Amino acid sequence: MKLKQTAALSALLAAMAGAGHAQELRIGLQDDADALDPDQSRTFVGRIVYTALCDKLIDITPDLEFIPQLATDWSWNDDETELTMQLREDVVFHDGTPFDAEAVVYNIDRSLNLPESRRSSEIASVEGAEVVDEHAVVITVSQTDATLLAQLADRAGMMISPAAAEEQGTDFGSNPVCSGPFSFVERVQQDRIELERFDDYWNGDDIHLDTVVFLPIPDTSVRLANLRSGDLDMIERLAATDFQTASNDDALRVEDVVALGYQGITMNVGNGERAEGPFGQETALRQALHLAIDREALNQVAFDGAFAPGNQPFPPDSPFYDDRFPVPERDPERARELLEEAGHGDGVTLEVQMANNPVQTQVMEIIQAMAAEVGIDVSLRATEFATMLDQQAAGNFEGSQVGWSGRVDPDGNIHQFLHCEGGLNDGGWCHERTDELLDGARTTNDVDARKDMYDEAREIFDAEQPIIYLYHPSWIWAMDAAIEGFVPNPDGMIRLEGVRYAAE
Amino acid sequence: MLSFIARRLLIAIPTVLIISFFVFSLQFLLPGDPVLAMAGEERDPETLDRLREQYGFNDPFLVQYFNWLTDALRGDLGQSLRMNQPVTALIVEKLPVTFQLAVMALIFAMAIGIPMGILSAVRKGSWLDYVANFVALSGLSIPNFWLGILLILLVSVNLGWLPASGYRPFSVDPWLSIQTMIMPAFVLGTALAAALMRHTRSAMLQVLRSDYVRTARAKGLREKVVILKHALRNALVPVVTVSALLFGELLAGAVLTEQIFTIPGFGKLVVDAVFSRDYAVVQGIVLVTSVAFILMNLLADTAYMILNPRMRDGA
Amino acid sequence: MTAAADPQAMPVRQGRVWRKLRARPAALFGTGLVTLFVLMAVLAPVLPIPGPAETSWTAVREPPSAQHWLGTDHNGRDLLSRMIWGAQASLLAGVVSVGIAVCVGVPLGVLAGWRGGWTDAAISRLTEALLAVPFLILAIAFAAFLGPSLTNAMIAIGIAATPIFIRLARGQTLAVRTEDYVESARACGVREGAILRRYILPNIAPPIIVQATLTIAMAIIAEASLSFLGLGQQPPDPSWGGMLDSARGYMEQAPWMAVWPGAGIFLVVLGFNLMGDGLRDALDPRET
Repeated sequence: MKLKQTAALSALLAAMAGAGHAQELRIGLQDDADALDPDQSRTFVGRIVYTALCDKLIDITPDLEFIPQLATDWSWNDDETELTMQLREDVVFHDGTPFDAEAVVYNIDRSLNLPESRRSSEIASVEGAEVVDEHAVVITVSQTDATLLAQLADRAGMMISPAAAEEQGTDFGSNPVCSGPFSFVERVQQDRIELERFDDYWNGDDIHLDTVVFLPIPDTSVRLANLRSGDLDMIERLAATDFQTASNDDALRVEDVVALGYQGITMNVGNGERAEGPFGQETALRQALHLAIDREALNQVAFDGAFAPGNQPFPPDSPFYDDRFPVPERDPERARELLEEAGHGDGVTLEVQMANNPVQTQVMEIIQAMAAEVGIDVSLRATEFATMLDQQAAGNFEGSQVGWSGRVDPDGNIHQFLHCEGGLNDGGWCHERTDELLDGARTTNDVDARKDMYDEAREIFDAEQPIIYLYHPSWIWAMDAAIEGFVPNPDGMIRLEGVRYAAE
Repeated sequence: MLSFIARRLLIAIPTVLIISFFVFSLQFLLPGDPVLAMAGEERDPETLDRLREQYGFNDPFLVQYFNWLTDALRGDLGQSLRMNQPVTALIVEKLPVTFQLAVMALIFAMAIGIPMGILSAVRKGSWLDYVANFVALSGLSIPNFWLGILLILLVSVNLGWLPASGYRPFSVDPWLSIQTMIMPAFVLGTALAAALMRHTRSAMLQVLRSDYVRTARAKGLREKVVILKHALRNALVPVVTVSALLFGELLAGAVLTEQIFTIPGFGKLVVDAVFSRDYAVVQGIVLVTSVAFILMNLLADTAYMILNPRMRDGA
Repeated sequence: MTAAADPQAMPVRQGRVWRKLRARPAALFGTGLVTLFVLMAVLAPVLPIPGPAETSWTAVREPPSAQHWLGTDHNGRDLLSRMIWGAQASLLAGVVSVGIAVCVGVPLGVLAGWRGGWTDAAISRLTEALLAVPFLILAIAFAAFLGPSLTNAMIAIGIAATPIFIRLARGQTLAVRTEDYVESARACGVREGAILRRYILPNIAPPIIVQATLTIAMAIIAEASLSFLGLGQQPPDPSWGGMLDSARGYMEQAPWMAVWPGAGIFLVVLGFNLMGDGLRDALDPRET
């Protein structure tokens, strides 16, 4: 009886909400965002907030295709050094400043030259941008850069109001002014970020919400509890182990998609003294560890099967995934043989460090148990994330279980980790041929040619296993069942176009 | 009296200096580069260098310490690397949260601990005394993070009575704010309730043995009047001062409680800061809590002296 | 031997302590609890239980059953086994860290109390400084500095607990120093070391033993807290705090994972607290 009443009441409320009353969406984030300045920011959750706040030149579909957002069309010149972009003509920033070619030039310049900019290295190939006419710009690059479009589809391509940026300088982040569907209202650190519908948005017909509130709640189970109690309407990064229970709950809708990132064990093969150990020197041992891991079981036990087992930097459904090397079955016999042949029949030890959170600990405990069965004695060193990065950069590790959030362009998942000069190449992998291939794939816009180069590199990487890839996490969102129109995207962003409460 | 306070304050100066030095050197002892932690996934060398320069990490140790100390004296505790905010502002922002939690915990503790202590002193040796003692000791022994987990399991997950978390500031929604704080405050208050119960009991026992209580009884006053009017008033003196002292411990206890219930207060701030190597925040918080603790101590001692004439003669 | 013969230097006799302890059921219960857990910890290697790190992918998060009395955890490991082996870590942490605190704190405290003057002032200021920093925050800071491991957690807790013993030993020494028999021994020209050994230490020992027992209880909770935050025992070795941390992710799916380790901590800490209380009363010469 009581339940019925509540149901009737909530139906009524939903109907009222659908009938043009203020629609508010409260989204629980895993973290608090840092400064809300696209040029300075570095957090993942910050990007989620920008998706509602700041439009980009280009957007990405769930199939990872580039589509127009603020730029309506773009093309390269013949030697691929000039990118000409046509701009939308009906756009204004939240402060009323019109969006035009001048604004784009200003933004590119700011991303490159603001001393605090975190974007300058992402678009390092860009030499400058120039106005062609009021609604067209040309961006000049020093050499072909296959990753540029992907960067312009992310924070480097977010357009902020030049007037506001000039006025506020580096403090822009505390009162951001962009041109996205929602404008900034207020922020309380570690508590809430509130946005409201921007009435002059160029695509306003697709926006059905009046306010959006982002609330940082780091504890995953607490986020879920708040969603259930109705204090939140939507949460990101539901724990994989809650996937089943949440899916079975009629009051919730759960959406998921395999993400762009990966989790793997980076092996120290050439970064300082710790690379001198057996696993750093002997390919066969890394190969044996690779074969000792049952990736499917790992996924089932640690993530209730909600993630995707993986063995490459790109998830199996990515167009750049090399089908000739599918995720291997566990092969303990072969692993033991490899150990025997390498003269380690009586066992061999390996130390792996990982972040000291329960999930990563569990993953390594599982791998530890699997490796023990073939004769590899894995010892674990749980380290706080900060120390772990430090140890990794200093080469003070044999193996380091670490993840990468992933980039739209494949280059972002591989080049910096496995190129001799790569900024994040903490394992110290250095190989002439793979360098050529990775550089080559970066400097052509020909997709097929790039795929061929990545495939050839994969042959070497698969044999050498400098990084033993384990799995690709999925983004899992859970929301009030009354919310419709949400489309999951592998980049993990929450796009609010079309999202609304169902009118009953 | 004044000279006592002055002397205590003078002694506190070197203590605070030692703490400040110790707290500051932590930054050099802890492994892990704060700048790396801050840069996260995007750590190109130029950015790292610029950040190091910006935050003065390239200066010699003593120079950094001196700068920090003189700034701290002016109320500027530096800049949080992680949150890009002045530490002083962060502390001012978080203090009310933990303060609310601590005050609610103290209320719980007093409401449970003091009556229990009185009852068990008055009925010394009875089964009630035994039960109260055992409950108090259990309260001292239960790890409060486990109690928190159990309560969430029972009250939020199984019964759905109270929200598992979701802190609301008191100023925004007082009622909801109190609701979400009930469980954490109870958890934090249990150990304190147990301590208060034991202090109340022993203070009561002492007072009950004293001459004036005997006199009061001899005058034929009713037992209730004797206990409530004469004994309790005197027994509460040490209890109140102990409460002031224990308030400091509440701050430390809040660390785990806030972690469990994800309350964005002081404790959570300091744990997150330790893990992300946000030194300025760790330093600021430890310094502020320590100074607060020393002042609380001084306050308690002074109050005790004022309330207890015998002590005054001794000093 | 000589100390035992001296009635003033030996204010308590073992026989009386035991008699008084025996007369208190609560203290006996506490001692029983502690003994039970110590037995469990010591016998862990010979008990017929699976290894604490033995995983089974087909028996993940199973509720208590005849085969697994306390159920299994998220890696299919037997929780009973992990509880028993976890007892080892907890008890070890409690005893070792308090051992460190006593070994460092008592000599410093006696030194401060005995010497007075500048030595006392320096040691006292240091003690006050350490005492002013909340215990757990101090331990977290030290543990983060030393790096996560059970040994380092023990050291961190030991350092954090040291000032308690400095203060206690100093106070006791001050009190005993002015006693007639100490004064007269001094006047007779007995060497400092001999006085400390024969008169001071035996006299300050009882309160220190009581405090040590109670501090073990505190240290066990502190170790569990550090392990809970990932700063203690490292996987796959079990510790109750670490088990609670893992359990938090499965509160709905496997609540039993959270129940046992907490109960273990609670009972063993209760045991030490009861024992400490009993000892305090038994060793207190004033109360009959």
